[in-house]
Amino acid sequence: MTQVSMTVNGKSVSGDVEGRTLLSSFLRDHLSLTGTHVGCDTGQCGACVVHVDGEAVKSCNMLALEADGAEVGTIEGQANADGSLNVIQQAFQDHHGLQCGFCTPGMVMSAAALLKDNPRPTETEIREYLEGNICRCTGYHNIVKAIMAASGQDVGAIAAE
Amino acid sequence: MYSFEFEKPSTVAEAVAALGAEEAQALGGGQTLIPTLKQRLAAPAKLVSLSGIAEMKGVCVEDDGSLAIGGGTTHATVAREAADKYPALAELASHIGDPAVRNRGTIGGSLANNDPSACYPAAVLGSGATIRTNARDIAADDFFQGMFTTALSDAEIITSVRFPVPQAANYQKFLQPASRFALVGVFVARYADGVRVAVTGASEDGVFRWGEAEQALSREFRPDAVMGLRINPMNMIGDLHGSKEYRAHLVGVLTRRAVAAAG
Amino acid sequence: MPKDSGIGASSKRREDVRFLTGSGNYTDDINVRGQAYVYFLRSDIAHGRINSIDTSDAESMPGVVRVFTGKDFEGVGGLPCGWEVADRHGAPMQEPPHPILAQGKVRHVGDPIAAVVADSLEQARDAAEAIAFDIEELPTVTDMKAAAQEGSVKVHDDLKNNICYDWMLGEADNAKVDEVFANAAHVTTLELTNNRLVANPMEPRVCVAEYSRGTDEYTLYTTSQNPHVIRLLMCAFVLGLPEHKVRVVAPDVGGGFGSKIFHYAEEAFCTFAAKACNRPVKWTSSRSEAFLSDAQGRDHVTTIQLALDAQNNFIGLRTDTYANLGAYLSTFSSSVPTWLHGTLMAGNYKTPVIQVNVKAMFTNTVPVDAYRGAGRPEATFQLERVIDKAARELGVDPIALRRQNFITQFPYDTPVALTYDTGDYNGTMDKLEAAADLAGFAARRAQSEANGKLRGLGINCYIEACGIAPSNIVGMLGARAGLYDAATVRVNATGSISVMVGAHSHGQGHETAFPQVVAEMIGIDESMVEIVHGDTSKIPFGMGTYGSRSLAVCGSAMVKATEKVIDKAKKIAAHLLEASEADIELKDGQFTVAGTDKSVAWGDVTLTAYVPHNFPLEVEPGLEETAFYDPANFTFPAGAYACEVEVDPETGKVTIERFTAADDFGNIINPMIVDGQVHGGIGQGIGQALLENCVYDENGQLLSASYMDYAMPRADDVPFYTVDHSSRTPCTHNPLGVKGCGEAGAIGSPPAVVNAVIDALHSGGKKVEHIDMPVSPSRVWAAMNG
Repeated sequence: MTQVSMTVNGKSVSGDVEGRTLLSSFLRDHLSLTGTHVGCDTGQCGACVVHVDGEAVKSCNMLALEADGAEVGTIEGQANADGSLNVIQQAFQDHHGLQCGFCTPGMVMSAAALLKDNPRPTETEIREYLEGNICRCTGYHNIVKAIMAASGQDVGAIAAE
Repeated sequence: MYSFEFEKPSTVAEAVAALGAEEAQALGGGQTLIPTLKQRLAAPAKLVSLSGIAEMKGVCVEDDGSLAIGGGTTHATVAREAADKYPALAELASHIGDPAVRNRGTIGGSLANNDPSACYPAAVLGSGATIRTNARDIAADDFFQGMFTTALSDAEIITSVRFPVPQAANYQKFLQPASRFALVGVFVARYADGVRVAVTGASEDGVFRWGEAEQALSREFRPDAVMGLRINPMNMIGDLHGSKEYRAHLVGVLTRRAVAAAG
Repeated sequence: MPKDSGIGASSKRREDVRFLTGSGNYTDDINVRGQAYVYFLRSDIAHGRINSIDTSDAESMPGVVRVFTGKDFEGVGGLPCGWEVADRHGAPMQEPPHPILAQGKVRHVGDPIAAVVADSLEQARDAAEAIAFDIEELPTVTDMKAAAQEGSVKVHDDLKNNICYDWMLGEADNAKVDEVFANAAHVTTLELTNNRLVANPMEPRVCVAEYSRGTDEYTLYTTSQNPHVIRLLMCAFVLGLPEHKVRVVAPDVGGGFGSKIFHYAEEAFCTFAAKACNRPVKWTSSRSEAFLSDAQGRDHVTTIQLALDAQNNFIGLRTDTYANLGAYLSTFSSSVPTWLHGTLMAGNYKTPVIQVNVKAMFTNTVPVDAYRGAGRPEATFQLERVIDKAARELGVDPIALRRQNFITQFPYDTPVALTYDTGDYNGTMDKLEAAADLAGFAARRAQSEANGKLRGLGINCYIEACGIAPSNIVGMLGARAGLYDAATVRVNATGSISVMVGAHSHGQGHETAFPQVVAEMIGIDESMVEIVHGDTSKIPFGMGTYGSRSLAVCGSAMVKATEKVIDKAKKIAAHLLEASEADIELKDGQFTVAGTDKSVAWGDVTLTAYVPHNFPLEVEPGLEETAFYDPANFTFPAGAYACEVEVDPETGKVTIERFTAADDFGNIINPMIVDGQVHGGIGQGIGQALLENCVYDENGQLLSASYMDYAMPRADDVPFYTVDHSSRTPCTHNPLGVKGCGEAGAIGSPPAVVNAVIDALHSGGKKVEHIDMPVSPSRVWAAMNG
């Protein structure tokens, strides 16, 4: 066992982990931050996306010890300080960008990383950026729409009904 | 995963020493290695992370004008920092995996793994790049030795890759729809002394140079120059995503498109 | 004006807040103090005889609690099949045992050989690697036509052959069918495959089971669409436990699409092991394991023939289908290629003579069962592809040919056992033509051609039978379960309401949509109503969520229970208002004496129900009612879809440029949620049509065993969709007039995509008649150059 320390959602945390402990298991099992989900074992579904030092990474594809000393952000830290939904989360609710909710934490974390680098992405840029986030429920329509809306773009014209 | 020790050295020398241990294995960004470990398809006794080695990170221009990329540089960094100097390479890096994978995966890790469908081997071979390790310089033409096989010896670390910057270049990637690796990828680079064409994803022998196309394009750098050329499907990969014949066909199509896009 | 609350309002989903903040409670988020972990040792060969298994080394490994093999389960039942299909002569299907852990033989890659319970998952896995076994490899059969051959390798030694049943529906007199075809002016024939799929909800399956010696009670948390069904099957057929001692909880579930209907071995195993080990046990499937253990979908091979008269009227239809059931009968597997498929072969058309033949086969592959649409996509695909081919052969417009043959009079008795209560297929097609701007297609095609691409338009119509189903009918057809549902409306003293429902929400938004109905009926705010679901200790005995049935069946039960509540509340109100019950009206949460201004508020009546000081003596205190609802018929959503594709003639790559869905779902409670359901269905349908393919090699090895080879649709594989559900013919037999919308997109989209690709190829001069799904670039290129 090795001690690992990091900042998660602004709080300093530490724990004893094995070499093989994944960041996703450290978050879920050691810190009980179960909002980060694991949907595959080949690093493709993106349900486990978190931010490490401000960048989106797949936490099931990174050893916890690799995040030693890092600033980690998870879905649990995304809401506003008063507990209300942040702009992206609110857009997902407003535009029905989630159904079963399982891929949602990864989607929100990826969307946040995208908008940080590209505050007004086009539809094509959003779709390409989400290449590593699989959703089985929504057909992506409302996810893309929600991210466009979260970036302040008018989505009224996007076909709905 | 089987249990393993984890070590994170901060210099190349320390890493080389750590890799001298029995059953030690280098860990780059881990985007291929960690899934492999999860499946228990590998059982290293020790993983030596290269992510803490500052001297292996970054993109810079060498005195001879070539572009040097540290072996531990992520795809995202290459996509960002090579954009001015070698746009075709940056563009290639910007389409490896997905954004989260690009934030972890490294050029050194990709090359050491030499997946037959990976993008970087095409750029390295297509640019005639030089792979610099802790021990030596290896020419791209000598480095790739078939699927998942390279000239690297045990405990040898790719510290940097030096790319001669071409006059024009382009990479065309046709996606394997599931993995998003290249079903076929073609990298075309035009240098003063000739054109290089490297193909990934297609061959059972891994990345390869398409000599006939290089000759034709060196004579005349336009898409039609390779119109009549055919790749023999015999040694192509045939699987549920595409037959041997289809891959052979795509090599031609993508080469033409790469030439057209390179301009 | 769109409403802002109640029926017809796009109320925002209340469940979203927990999902968006990481505070959902999925099964893998549940950890029980002292839990041990299960690892299943699964067969890596597709067919083999187990000569011996030696677990002694494994048992002595660090952390191991116990190792189980098939022997430990000799005293308990196997997994039951919930539907007995009779063959064409009335004989029951062949029904082999389906053990919890393999007994005697392994029959597919992934078949569990043994299970290790240990302190940690990695320890369990280490120990599983130490299990020594001698399994003699046997020849395999994975191809269903090969499996039907005399002398084929037998998956189950004790069965006559690999044919589970040879079934027929419709016109039984072959001579009569032959005569129709002999007299036809034109016959179109098509052979096609409906590709095997993997459902792939993003949440893999998980079970956590605990047992209390003190109370002899079990709790199973499981990723299920129907906790009561799991409890019934597991208690009554597998483990022989009294139901009142077993609580099954399906908490937040990360998608199902059918694959979480079924009772799986892992559920029974964990429940059994929790007692055997006297310790809670947890199993979390990896995605790799899911590919080998979740029931898969589709996998039909069909020859279909359509007979037309000289005026292009459909006069006969005959199909011969092989359906792959895999190695064992999963819970509802037998019903999918038969009663959920053959019955839909009339489609939207008045074809008078139909004969459907289905041979269902056992093979050395993972079991196949219902996946979104379940049988109906297979039916629609055959029918709509053959109609498209007929239109091309006859040189007629595919929309005109469909319109000419639409059923227009309702109710309509089909030749394949269903009675459609209502519909307006021409009206829905009108909506499609407008919404899809079909008039502008020619210009869009010209634009594509200018860019060097081929453009195609594909039309598809579908009908589905949803709201499964009348219990008496399905009972006659072999179902071993009733298919009603139930709801309890519990009014609290202050007027808020908890509704306990048998349906389960795993993405469908019941927690939002169901309260809209109750709130509207009473005239109170939606926030006053809450839905409770997914826990057998809290909800009435309901049959769960599948087959687009939740609102049509469970919603109807909820309406009935709410009506009972209102009736009783009116009695109380009448007492308070000193009026006759018959004169009491309920509107906007106020009970009023008709024609007067005397009224009492909902909250005052509910408080009186629980503080019954001034109360009618003949009425019981409290305000809580339960209703069970068994539908009188299926519901029949129908629609018309249009897909426009571009094909890159050099690479064969197909791009979806436009996709338009016009659906008739009857009445709609929450349009936003309905749109979302259609979007998701279309996404999966495009996945089937272009990307997804579950493939085994001849040795039974799964080639598409992870997301590296099984192509899931991504955001950049699909466009924005246009969805129109303004065509509305309300269901005639349920109180809400609703039909169900969950499967429509997955049923309606694959043929539209393939029809569009074929159209595109023809526009480029390539006379390609058919390409099997997935219509991958490689296949398109091969077809163009074939």
